[in-house]
Amino acid sequence: MSWLKEFYKGILKENPVLVMLLGTCPTLAVTTMAFNGIGMGLATTFVLLGSSIVISLLKKVIPNQVRLPAFIVIIAGFVTIVGFLLQVYLPDLYGALGVFLSLITVNCIILGRAEAFASKNSVGKSIADALGMGLGFTLALFLMGSIREILGQNTWFGIDVSFGVLEPIGLFTSPAGGFMVFGLLVAIANKLSGYKISKKKGCGGCPSRGACHGEGEVQ
Amino acid sequence: MKEIFAILVSAILVDNFVLSKFMGICPFIGVSKKTSSAMGMSVAVTFVMVMSTALTYPIYTYVLAPNGLEYLQTMAFILVIALFVQLVEIVIKRFMPPLYKALGIYLPLITTNCAVLGVTILNIDNEYNFGQSLVNALGAGIGFTVALLLFSGVRERIDNADVPKMFKGVPAALVAAGIVAASFMGFSGLVENLFQ
Repeated sequence: MSWLKEFYKGILKENPVLVMLLGTCPTLAVTTMAFNGIGMGLATTFVLLGSSIVISLLKKVIPNQVRLPAFIVIIAGFVTIVGFLLQVYLPDLYGALGVFLSLITVNCIILGRAEAFASKNSVGKSIADALGMGLGFTLALFLMGSIREILGQNTWFGIDVSFGVLEPIGLFTSPAGGFMVFGLLVAIANKLSGYKISKKKGCGGCPSRGACHGEGEVQ
Repeated sequence: MKEIFAILVSAILVDNFVLSKFMGICPFIGVSKKTSSAMGMSVAVTFVMVMSTALTYPIYTYVLAPNGLEYLQTMAFILVIALFVQLVEIVIKRFMPPLYKALGIYLPLITTNCAVLGVTILNIDNEYNFGQSLVNALGAGIGFTVALLLFSGVRERIDNADVPKMFKGVPAALVAAGIVAASFMGFSGLVENLFQ
């Protein structure tokens, strides 16, 4: 039962993007189209799953002082694998994600889960947690991508949805529109979560917080 | 010379790392509440960006590329950045305590800042030479500084404004960031018209 709980929490209650505000860079950058959002989400889920399993298995072997560099190297290894797979099987997606594929390495969701969960829990629980968080991330990116693609280009997965009346609004595919759509979604998540996000101070969810002891944060 | 200026202006204004490439959003939202901390973070990020470019470019060109190891790029670069940040922290803690007091707390956060890894990878992807890479890294750092300082000014006013309850805090900041990003769209086409 507890495994199911670990799985579900990432999807809604502790959604990594909309509630915990992690991984904002890829969320904003690749969501001009719904398909790219899903592709990025699944690539990140793969890396998250792989690194969670390995880190959970090695949690007793890695010395505490060098754990962050060790985690980063493990994560970078899985990013390289996912890059190879996409290059061969989905070259279009590989081109669309571009530099953000390499930047999965520094996605705070992955390092955050490694630090907060996989390095402290059993392999089974870590798998459930990684799948839940990955799915939550993918769903959030799919939602952002759908909104921006439908309003900005009047298409959804490349299918025309203008019904002959809608006009594309260029703002939604531009960076400015990305920030605004994300702001609105976070506001809705804020209301649904009982104003949890308003109470969050500065870099509250940052995985590097342990390193700076919250001193980088300004109240 | 003209090319160098084109890269610099493009990195600072047209393709601003934060507002149009979406790199380094976490510090942009997290550390922009006060102008002084925004400045400290920006200086530290700019320094690390230029220095990691100076380190990673030779590693890629003289070690990875001749041996057909281009695919190890991500792993090698993030290791170099992590080690360099750690080293800088130790050195300035030992020899320059006042500087450490001002910038030290921002250093651990920089390893996971995607703008730093992003600029080193983009330099390779864009096939810049060593000089161009350094200028691009400097421009990226200045662009980060400009965005953070401008936004910290906006941020101070939003936090005092009376916004709807569900927008209080981060959501209002994100919408405001959208408006700042929209104003930067005005710079598009600048490089083509000035330098070409």
